Amino acid sequence: MSDVRVRIHVNGHLLEVPAGISVAAAVARLQLPCRRSVGGQWRAPFCGMGVCFECRMRIDGQAQQRACMTQVRNGMQVSTDE
Amino acid sequence: MSERYDIVIVGAGPAGLAAAQAAARHGACVALIDAQAEAGGQVWRKDVFHGWPRRARQCIPQVLQHAGVSWLPRTQVVQAGAGELLIQDDKQARYIGYDKLILANGARELLLPFPGWTLPGVTGAGALQALAKQGWPLQGRRIVIAGSGPLLLAAAATAKKHGAKVLGIYEQASAAAIQRFARKLWRWPGKAWQAASLRTQLAGIPYRYGSVVLQASGTDVLQAIDIDGPHGREQLECDHLAVGYGLVPNIELAQMLGCRLKYEGAHACVEVDATQRTSIANVYATGELCGIGGRDTAWIEGSMAGHAAAGADIPHALLQQQRHARHFATALQQTFALAPRIRTLAQAETLICRCEDVPLQALHDHADARSAKLATRCGMGACQGRICGSALAELGHYPRSAPRPPLFPARLATLGTPLSDPQQGLSP
Repeated sequence: MSDVRVRIHVNGHLLEVPAGISVAAAVARLQLPCRRSVGGQWRAPFCGMGVCFECRMRIDGQAQQRACMTQVRNGMQVSTDE
Repeated sequence: MSERYDIVIVGAGPAGLAAAQAAARHGACVALIDAQAEAGGQVWRKDVFHGWPRRARQCIPQVLQHAGVSWLPRTQVVQAGAGELLIQDDKQARYIGYDKLILANGARELLLPFPGWTLPGVTGAGALQALAKQGWPLQGRRIVIAGSGPLLLAAAATAKKHGAKVLGIYEQASAAAIQRFARKLWRWPGKAWQAASLRTQLAGIPYRYGSVVLQASGTDVLQAIDIDGPHGREQLECDHLAVGYGLVPNIELAQMLGCRLKYEGAHACVEVDATQRTSIANVYATGELCGIGGRDTAWIEGSMAGHAAAGADIPHALLQQQRHARHFATALQQTFALAPRIRTLAQAETLICRCEDVPLQALHDHADARSAKLATRCGMGACQGRICGSALAELGHYPRSAPRPPLFPARLATLGTPLSDPQQGLSP
């Protein structure tokens, strides 16, 4: 299952990752945080299970999506820090 | 009503799966809903590279492929009322009707504030396990696992399997408490076996008792942590800190339905009778929702609720198993009860509400969660107070306020979903 790879775009950069991983896990491969808090701090996934919303980012045009709850898909467009 | 089921089950972890299996065997038409893409819940979360845990591997496909079970993955309950739920998936929102509702939506981690807990690189302990299983890169990462409870060991084993370098496990409970517990473990042979197996998997990883992470530090990302243990304070450099202080039941849905709650310590759970029925006649609650009980309790109580909701008798053996499993849960709670110092780790400037960046010092002098919220925005962010509300309750400030719809942030179109039958059920 991990042999299949998909290509996604993160902040405009092309990234090839194993199919089935979460967007959070894909973004972590670039060592990028997910968003900036209202006070300007960098934040990254915290609860890993869709509760804390720290990993929210824009996925395929939809803002505020939880990256830990979303699996990568070929051609996906992801942007962090919005 | 276009879409209607005899029994709707919310949550596809062990409790929900067992409920679906039992109810479907009695011929009930069942819908099984889960917010995640794969069934299994947290304890049986599917690993992208290693699949489901052994016990789940057989049972999950069986349940999902049963003709009587409609599997609704990536679906969240946004609003709940008598006989009807408003649900939302990737594409659309709709109302579904139920005769009986079984709540099996489990628990989340108790994540408590300390200086530096908002730094990237700091996660929950169960969170580390969940992230590893969803493909989070851990190869060669230096990880410290801390907090309390058996979940720390499971998280360490998963992290190690994914190539992490686990520097140590720091448990807040005292050595004496753990030893007392170990001496009682023979009463649950399955658990004793599990503990022994984890010990083998974790050979070479230090396991320290009576130790607490005081703070995490780094510029924009975690670089080091300070630990206070029986032999004093030490600093450790690491790439990842996974710290969790146990679990809290996800009671929001039950609360919205009006199910009677009871308190176990600082956190509420759902009150049920001997058939897992809540104070609302056609609503059942199972597993962690009724008080943290672990995987075995969840499976047994899910099964009980499945039988009961389908109108069948609950097999006597299940009741005995439930008692045995709940005794184990009580022993765990006593062993891993939080030391008072855990509640004083947050400093005046430590952020409590991570969504709205509200520090502890802004939260003094408020009588309840509502007035704190109105004055500071604490709990008004995307997580809807699930993290800070539980933390404040544990810290002894005030209990969480009751949830209001939507239960999770929802699309605007979802909130405008027309009722199939405006005469009954939820009023939008």
